Amino acid sequence: MPLLLTCLSLCWLACANLALAFELRAQPIAADTWMVEADTGYFTPENGGFLVNTAFIATEEGVVVIGSGPSRRFGEQYRQLIEQTTGKRILEVIITHKHPDHFLGNQAFSDVPIRADATTTAMIRAEGEGLAENLYRLVGDGMRGTEALAPTAPLPLGMRSIGGHRLEFLSVPGHTQSDIAILDHSTGVLFAIDQVFNQRTPTLPNANLANWHNALNTLQALPFKLLVPGHGSVSRDAKPIEATRDYLTWLDTTLQSAAERGLAPTEVMQLPIPARFAQWGEAQAEWRRSIGFRYSQYERAALPWLTPAR
Amino acid sequence: MKPRWTGWTLSAGVLMALNAYAAPPPGGDPFNSPLWSSMQRVVLGGGKVVFDDRVKVTLPERVEDGHFVPVSVDARDVGAVRELILFADYNPIPRALRYQPLHAQPRLSVAMRVNQATPIRAAALDDKGVWHVNGKWLDAPGGGCALPSQTRSTTDWNTLLGRVSGRVWREEDGVLRVRLGIMHPMDTGLVTSVARFNIEQVTLSDASQRPLAKLETDASLAENPLFTLHLNRIATTQLHASSVDNDGNHYRASLPLVP
Repeated sequence: MPLLLTCLSLCWLACANLALAFELRAQPIAADTWMVEADTGYFTPENGGFLVNTAFIATEEGVVVIGSGPSRRFGEQYRQLIEQTTGKRILEVIITHKHPDHFLGNQAFSDVPIRADATTTAMIRAEGEGLAENLYRLVGDGMRGTEALAPTAPLPLGMRSIGGHRLEFLSVPGHTQSDIAILDHSTGVLFAIDQVFNQRTPTLPNANLANWHNALNTLQALPFKLLVPGHGSVSRDAKPIEATRDYLTWLDTTLQSAAERGLAPTEVMQLPIPARFAQWGEAQAEWRRSIGFRYSQYERAALPWLTPAR
Repeated sequence: MKPRWTGWTLSAGVLMALNAYAAPPPGGDPFNSPLWSSMQRVVLGGGKVVFDDRVKVTLPERVEDGHFVPVSVDARDVGAVRELILFADYNPIPRALRYQPLHAQPRLSVAMRVNQATPIRAAALDDKGVWHVNGKWLDAPGGGCALPSQTRSTTDWNTLLGRVSGRVWREEDGVLRVRLGIMHPMDTGLVTSVARFNIEQVTLSDASQRPLAKLETDASLAENPLFTLHLNRIATTQLHASSVDNDGNHYRASLPLVP
């Protein structure tokens, strides 16, 4: 009995010391600008929830950080990487929207302004813990010590000159109720996190398809030289915008016709995914999730009421 | 001083963990569920059981919201089926529904709730009184039965409670695909201060009130249940849907059939 307990205690100690270490590489993509490109899978303990691209711009006034990542531990390691890479202090963090894998690293940046628009900030305050629940459950120990820290400063829209960079902050809702894109007019880099997905299936838990199409049109019309999507590699052209648009259109049309044929959700999940989307990361799983989020609206539209309201 | 039970608890834990990885006995429960014998007794009335892959159970392998788990069951390959039961071992209310396909295919789709990750199973009773059982494991977060859903509090029940929606499609061989939805919170009684309140029976009949399909339904179905059924070929001008909940409220609707 004491031997069993000793073995178990040693195991526990050994495991507790294997704190998750992210392999973060800062990839230079333009003058003063780096991106950390994430994997394109789904949340697991192994990846620590790091599945969305983050980026930073080292201006003369300090580093503007776009997205703080999925956890406190990530945020801390990310901050070290930024400081080592740039040799500059952090100026501010921009939170583009309310999804937890974009803001749960905020604790590592609590000494600088963490900016988001009023809608996103209000939603994070109201829903923060709920939004993070699935992330905690799926990622597990990597989330240890992470608490939802809401943005602390407002994010003015439009142009702002910061340390030699002319940054334009655009409101492009659609992926969620409120989303921000950033165009650095000085370098031509457009940060479209998460409005654009590149070779990874778009996620739709809070989506408004009409708004999202408007957002994609706005982004496509901007004079960008390099596009940073929320997931997948950077692009010099608008192909990822077109691909995201193509997917959203296919999803809408498919769900509508499935509801018109009277298919049950499990039957819709088994419909074939077109070849051009089928090799994207998480194609099957995200299609299944999107049906869970979206299909009942289409079902209700296709099933007439047979009795009057009370 | 360490309490003596610590050692026993740890040993029991290790043994239970090992048991979960042990292969099931041949012909035995493929999920090795500790609740299987209870399911057989309570849900299937202690009847004879055979595990049978011909009962097709389709569901997503995981959900992130335990309040809505779409499930399809298709037992046509078993032959003559008197009834179908849908249930989940680890649900506080294990049985979700009992279906008698009187003039229908032994086949249906509906959404359930789950309170935690669980096997979801269907049992088809053949005409010799044997239950053919199959299932799939569902990974899910906790609380689908015991925590309130977001929509429960935002739905305007004053206007919508009991409202029926539906539609019929003629498929090949004259089979009628019927989708029937009834707005109802299907309260489990497990959420604090909310008493059980759920639809208990749904019957689909033809124009002369001959029953074609009968369902006994439990609160472990998702709210606003939407059933997809498949009726055998029938010459009738309309279908009548009648349901009743545990408060004795009746909800009735008719679906005209275009020839």
